[in-house]
Amino acid sequence: MSPREQWVAFLTIVTKEIRRFTRIWPQTLLPPAITMSLYFVIFGNLIGSRVGEMGGFDYMQYIVPGLIMMSVIQNSYGNVVSSFFSTKFQHSIEEMLVSPMPSWIILTGFVVGGMVRGMLVGVIVSLLSLFFTHLSMQHVFVTVVVVVLTAALFAIGGFINAILAKKFDDISIVPTFVLTPLTYLGGVFYSIDMLPEFWRTVSLANPIVYMVNAFRYGVLGVSDVNVYASLATIAGFVAVFFVIALWMLQRGTGIRH
Amino acid sequence: MSALTIRNLTKTYANGVQALKGIDLEVQQGDFFALLGPNGAGKSTTIGVISSLVSKSEGEVSIFGHSLDAERSIAKKKIGVVPQEFNFNQFEKVFDIVVTQAGFYGIPAPLARERAEKYLRQLGLWDKRDMQSRTLSGGMKRRLMIARALVHEPDLLILDEPTAGVDIELRRSMWDFLTRINQEGKTIILTTHYLEEAESLCRNIAIIDHGTIVENTSMRALLEKLQVETFILDLARPVETVPALDGFDVILKDSQTLEVAVPKTQSLNTLFVALAEQNFEVMSMRNKANRLEELFVRLVEKNLAGEASA
Repeated sequence: MSPREQWVAFLTIVTKEIRRFTRIWPQTLLPPAITMSLYFVIFGNLIGSRVGEMGGFDYMQYIVPGLIMMSVIQNSYGNVVSSFFSTKFQHSIEEMLVSPMPSWIILTGFVVGGMVRGMLVGVIVSLLSLFFTHLSMQHVFVTVVVVVLTAALFAIGGFINAILAKKFDDISIVPTFVLTPLTYLGGVFYSIDMLPEFWRTVSLANPIVYMVNAFRYGVLGVSDVNVYASLATIAGFVAVFFVIALWMLQRGTGIRH
Repeated sequence: MSALTIRNLTKTYANGVQALKGIDLEVQQGDFFALLGPNGAGKSTTIGVISSLVSKSEGEVSIFGHSLDAERSIAKKKIGVVPQEFNFNQFEKVFDIVVTQAGFYGIPAPLARERAEKYLRQLGLWDKRDMQSRTLSGGMKRRLMIARALVHEPDLLILDEPTAGVDIELRRSMWDFLTRINQEGKTIILTTHYLEEAESLCRNIAIIDHGTIVENTSMRALLEKLQVETFILDLARPVETVPALDGFDVILKDSQTLEVAVPKTQSLNTLFVALAEQNFEVMSMRNKANRLEELFVRLVEKNLAGEASA
């Protein structure tokens, strides 16, 4: 395929993905908006007013970046894992496999589709947060880069999960038993500096801590960890996961006999 | 020019089943080719390998001289595949399915929409373009898969049992469509369980059984191999005894129906003269099975017997 044909093929997958999640917006865009609004009301307004300040900000301001990041992570992952698995399940993956599209275009198309949903939900949640608190952006470059990298990383993660999944149950195991605990323990609701030394050290092994803190740095200008080291680490993970996903796709793991 | 060349193709699945045991096959450009075989013979595996849905174990596949290994992109652009099972997104609209497939081949959206309209109209689906594909009937879904396979205008169209479960009227309209596009220059490879379909459409044929090609020849040459043809004769009046017919095997199916096996060496005139002499009046006559079906059963049985004795 010529580069122009590859570009058309890539746009076709991205458009198809966007069309899919916007068609079923009550399942994809509405629930995170409602869930995050509840977080803002309960943790921010009701409980947050009693918590007081954290990191020099009122509690609502402090948790908003983490909650936005949580939405980006869950939706980037969720979009790709469910879309690619249902493509496998309905055998419509064969439409792509018979075509001359190289594997990297299929992977990139799905990943970008997932990133678009993750970031769109991030924007929706950010706009909703404005009803509850004042939000400004201290470091635009860091904010944008960390969102893009995080969305990419979890979209690729969702793709790998979908490749390995054999039944619908398999696509909910990682979000339920891995992503949710790591996100809740990833410094969304608290500063890891509050933790005893041992648990602080344990928390540093959680990759989501770096994403949440890098994003919080971009928005509020404060972080528990080194921001640029975090960005480099996330970028490294994106590269490694991309290579693994591509290898699996080219090998035909779970999709070719 | 050869549209499809397969050399020493083998496929062993992870569970150890050897689906293809080194097959060789050649289909010429412009041909209407039948690939027949009983269930589990290796037809779908062969098509799977050609269409890149199944990874081969060994061997070479070339499409119009382009190797599927070395020139994958060029080779794949030349193939359109209509699979046996429905494999489109059930929630997508008919038009979107066809346009999206064109996009996977790098065809820009305006041209993709133009072609989607062309093929959906040709296949009688244009008025269904905005319907979700899951709401279509079985026959419409099959036609949708044909439109989708044609949207990038491949030179070789492979159809894996395209008329399975389709009513006779629709089946005949699909035959007309396939005959027309073949006459316009498209090479077609067809697998089917309706042997009448293969006999009336295809010029050349390969029969695959237990992962090997047991016959690969022209339809005419194959049918000439038929040594005995069996006919059903409907009699004007009920009879009680079987007529004495030298050189023919005769069975009285019921009081007014005879089943006669006619060897290739005997003429039908001889049969009718002998019947008339014994005062048997024949009102109508038909083949017991279609000719290809008789041959097919014999070839497959022969192969089975050969494997059993080996």
